[in-house]
Amino acid sequence: MKFSLGWLKYFLETEASAAEIAGALNRIGIEVEGIEDPADKLVGFRVAEVLTARPHPDADKLQVLTVNTGEGEPLQVVCGAPNARAGMKGVLGLAGAIVPANGMELRKSAIRGVESNGMMCSVRELQLGDEHEGIIELPADAPVGTSFAEYHGASPVFDVAITPNRPDCMGVMGIARDLAAAGMGTFKPFSVEPVAGTFACPIEIRTDDPEGCPAFYGRVIRGVKNGASPEWMQQRLIAAGQRPISALVDMTNYLMLAFGRPAHAYDLAKLSGALVARRAKDGEQVLALNEKTYTLDAEMTVIADDSGVHDIAGIMGGEHSGVSESTTDVLLEIAYFDPERIGQTGRRLGLASDARTRFERGVDPAFLDEGLEILTALILKICGGEASEVVRAGSPPCEAKTIAYDPGLAERLGGIAISEEEQRRTLEMLEFEVSGDWRVTAPLRRHDIEGPADIVEEVVRIHGLDSIESVALPRADGVARPTATAEQARERRVRRAAAARGLNEAVTWSFIPEAEAAHFANGDLWKLENPISEDMKAMRPSLLPGLLSAAKRNADRGAEGVRLFEVGRRYLRGQDGRSDERPTVAVLLAGEKTPRGWATGKAAAFDAFDAKAEALALLEAAGAPVANLQVAGEAGEQFHPGQSATLRLGPKNILARFGALHPRTLEAFDIDGPVMAVEVFLDAIPARKGGGAFARPAYSPPALQSVLRDFAFLVDAALPAGDLLRAVRGADKANIADARIFDDFRGQGVPEGRKSLAIEVTLQPGEKSYTDAELKAISDRIVAAAGKLGAELRG
Amino acid sequence: MEDYRTLEDQARERIAAAADLSALEALRVEYLGKQGSVSALLKTLGAMAPEERQEKAPAIQALRQSVFDALAARKAEMEAAELEQRLAAETLDLSLPAPEMPKGSVHPVSQVMDELAEIFADLGFAVATGPEIEDDWHNFTALNMPESHPARAMHDTFYFPDAAPEGEPASSSAAVGQKRRMLLRTHTSPVQVRTMMSQGAPVRIIAPGRVYRSDSDATHTPMFHQIEGLMIDRGIHLGHLKWTLETFLKAFFEREDIVLRLRPSYFPFTEPSVEVDVGFAIENGRRVLGGSGDEPGHGWMELLGSGMVNRRVIEFSGLDPDEWQGFAFGVGVDRLAMLKYGMDDLRAFFDGDVRWLRHYGFSPFDQPTLSAGVGARA
Repeated sequence: MKFSLGWLKYFLETEASAAEIAGALNRIGIEVEGIEDPADKLVGFRVAEVLTARPHPDADKLQVLTVNTGEGEPLQVVCGAPNARAGMKGVLGLAGAIVPANGMELRKSAIRGVESNGMMCSVRELQLGDEHEGIIELPADAPVGTSFAEYHGASPVFDVAITPNRPDCMGVMGIARDLAAAGMGTFKPFSVEPVAGTFACPIEIRTDDPEGCPAFYGRVIRGVKNGASPEWMQQRLIAAGQRPISALVDMTNYLMLAFGRPAHAYDLAKLSGALVARRAKDGEQVLALNEKTYTLDAEMTVIADDSGVHDIAGIMGGEHSGVSESTTDVLLEIAYFDPERIGQTGRRLGLASDARTRFERGVDPAFLDEGLEILTALILKICGGEASEVVRAGSPPCEAKTIAYDPGLAERLGGIAISEEEQRRTLEMLEFEVSGDWRVTAPLRRHDIEGPADIVEEVVRIHGLDSIESVALPRADGVARPTATAEQARERRVRRAAAARGLNEAVTWSFIPEAEAAHFANGDLWKLENPISEDMKAMRPSLLPGLLSAAKRNADRGAEGVRLFEVGRRYLRGQDGRSDERPTVAVLLAGEKTPRGWATGKAAAFDAFDAKAEALALLEAAGAPVANLQVAGEAGEQFHPGQSATLRLGPKNILARFGALHPRTLEAFDIDGPVMAVEVFLDAIPARKGGGAFARPAYSPPALQSVLRDFAFLVDAALPAGDLLRAVRGADKANIADARIFDDFRGQGVPEGRKSLAIEVTLQPGEKSYTDAELKAISDRIVAAAGKLGAELRG
Repeated sequence: MEDYRTLEDQARERIAAAADLSALEALRVEYLGKQGSVSALLKTLGAMAPEERQEKAPAIQALRQSVFDALAARKAEMEAAELEQRLAAETLDLSLPAPEMPKGSVHPVSQVMDELAEIFADLGFAVATGPEIEDDWHNFTALNMPESHPARAMHDTFYFPDAAPEGEPASSSAAVGQKRRMLLRTHTSPVQVRTMMSQGAPVRIIAPGRVYRSDSDATHTPMFHQIEGLMIDRGIHLGHLKWTLETFLKAFFEREDIVLRLRPSYFPFTEPSVEVDVGFAIENGRRVLGGSGDEPGHGWMELLGSGMVNRRVIEFSGLDPDEWQGFAFGVGVDRLAMLKYGMDDLRAFFDGDVRWLRHYGFSPFDQPTLSAGVGARA
């Protein structure tokens, strides 16, 4: 909201500077977003008098003026305005002044051979309005030589943000009241003498929707002349960012901006029958003042007559019955609308207005009569006419809330010891009533005051929050416990492990294009109703689409090798419509694994084993029992069917999937392959049993050296090597410390459909060395275990 | 005896001239082998009379030793030369690059979250989490923003077409008869409610995470990160809030001269509500936090919102507001990261450009610790 210092001073007697006032506004909770001083733009313009005017010798439309600037010799000025004439007073821009409208600097110059020492300015050139037919004509008593900024009353304009709890400060008077309480001057309350009507209101006014419109006051003023509003009012409105329209419209706007009180003026001639506040009918339409047609429903309140709707109550008037230049009889409406109803209607219609902003936050229910009288007085003064009696339909909710308050609460909640005397004074300045036993009644306009905490806020904000002393929190007793949850600790370890392995952590959007999400979905997606764009519509069911898109962007920028990872949530649908958000780590390896180099020659691409290595490393970092995991097929249709797998704990619990992505996936994301991917499902990793003690299990390195034995088995070519390895490891757990595949051979010497797998087994003797018989027995067990998978020992 | 001398000289000469190891071996055999000439002389000793033997033996022994030494020396010489030669052939150009390990990085948001967790752990604040796909009861109603509240509209909320699950929470009188909607949480504040409901009082938590607003321009992204702080106990007031924020910001920016300006403001879930500005100076065209914003050439920047938790929120969360009170605050994590580490474009945070990630990312070994300083210097 914007207002000028001059307007503020209408309500506040103060000597304070604009900067001091801005400081005070910030201190009391009215945030100043900017101060603009129009005087800055009017430097070099002054009130001047035209002494003589004669035609330009070389141009029909120009005149040569001599102008009294109030000091020194009169200046010669060339002017093209038809209204320039001897004896008039206007605004002269001197050489060096910058024209606000176009930023041009004025200079002494010759215009068609005649010297000109300045410029007589139009309204538009000084950005005071649209008018540009001629130069500004000032009244005869305008003091020549005065700076125009001063004469014009240009005053600094504050742009403030009013928080939604303070509709009472959405008028200049309310701001002045708060400033006075904060010691910035004396509040000058404004009031007018009620105007007694000279005739009965000629139109019936009533409310048929007491819920949406509990009070509807009105009166007619007949015989008005609706022209332009006076200069002082236009200035204030322009400073506030309102375009002057006509006196009647400007006055309702003035009432709203000065007092926070919206009102509406109807052209009485356009109304037929009673004017009624009622519910709209479903499907009823109205053409509003913004020239848009709105379709209403039965939960909206409107003001209507026999012919139809004239006003979306409290939000926007209708085009048909709005006042115009030709209006002679005007009906004024001052109503109280239910804030919830206004908010709901405005949201449904998607219609914002200054009136809605105030009504939905709550206007002062005790200001209907006063508002109407102020408006009446203004109209009678400016537009003339004769006022009818006031009609009052219904009554606004005027139940004052009284709160039992303990002044000690200012310190207990607000942290500042403020004397009872000061608290009482502050509250009274804000027009709260405070009884001897601290029962506090807020003025009706303060809808935000609900309890003692709100009163604390009033006294501490006016006192100043800068006097709050910092008080250290008590330190928790006892041994410090970890403050991160197990899940967070796990994510941290995985993140740093991934980065240590050369992967770059990315953070990508939670919402992605629906098609991309669908490509990775296993069920219903969460889809936004109002996405910011179609590219941000569906919540990701996997972290891979986001990383794929990022990899694609990197490839397009010429990146050679891309190793990205992300730690974040996948969004799935849980039971009963709940959100099921699963902590996940994903890795994407695209482009070159190693660039071409002097040692290896060609660049190397990533393969599925790189993905497996990352999967296992990250699972290990996450605390998964890596040694017990099984590699099993079916990573999902997004993956290459022959080069991907899952890592499982038992047959059902999938901890990760990894491998090369399917060419169709790459096509969908428009990225060149091969691309490797890993997804680790952190939520699937079982928690450590017993939470884990600090002490490790007892261990001393074996005294005897281990023994190596090699085995070569012929197996079915389709048998996963991992199965054979697992069988061998399990053949004699007491003796076999490790087993490692060192050859996978097919071809000469190996029958068709078979392959040869060579395994090096590490045997660890305990107390004494193995005898030949013991070694033979172990070998036999290994061969037998492998035999169960159809493996034959090669000769 | 003269003959021995001649033989020795001749042998030594030939050994010195031997071209390679095989020639040397041939000479060894010729002189010292079983049939060798020196060996033959040694054999003659047995047949000699003791006097003669006594006279000749030392000379013959010396001859043998001399030839033996010459052979060994020449062999060592040859081997050394050969090694030299081999090593010369094995020379590498070590100015060629070594195999490179790719350099990984931790995202600034993660790094800053870890830093904040560390700082708040020292103040006794545990980390709490909650869902990002929320219902409007937790995101708004329980935070004292009923359906019609104008502040709701100011939140630019992303909605889902779905209705919220039935029967959660049980005590929601405000929700009766109204269809509750699912949405993307607009702030981390619903975690306040969830934490109070699930663990009761006292509470000292921070809740970091993703939040969403339907807003996109140079300084706003529709997704960003926030950290929420909540302290509920007996006798907690604005002074404690101020101390906590000062302590946290000083620790985070590692500057003693951080100055806060508290301004009254309005949030439906706090009362009184306080907006917090922090003073900054301009250094080399960048805003650098520190000092009072009122000093010449300085300014105040809005950094976070906070206040004393509204008693309605405490009530909605199932606690007795006459017994428990406390403060809450919320601050943008991305913003903190930008202010501390000098990034100037928020949108780049979520682009995944590896060049940006390598430049602004952190080494995995920059794990924030209190003992080493939570911040990671460039």
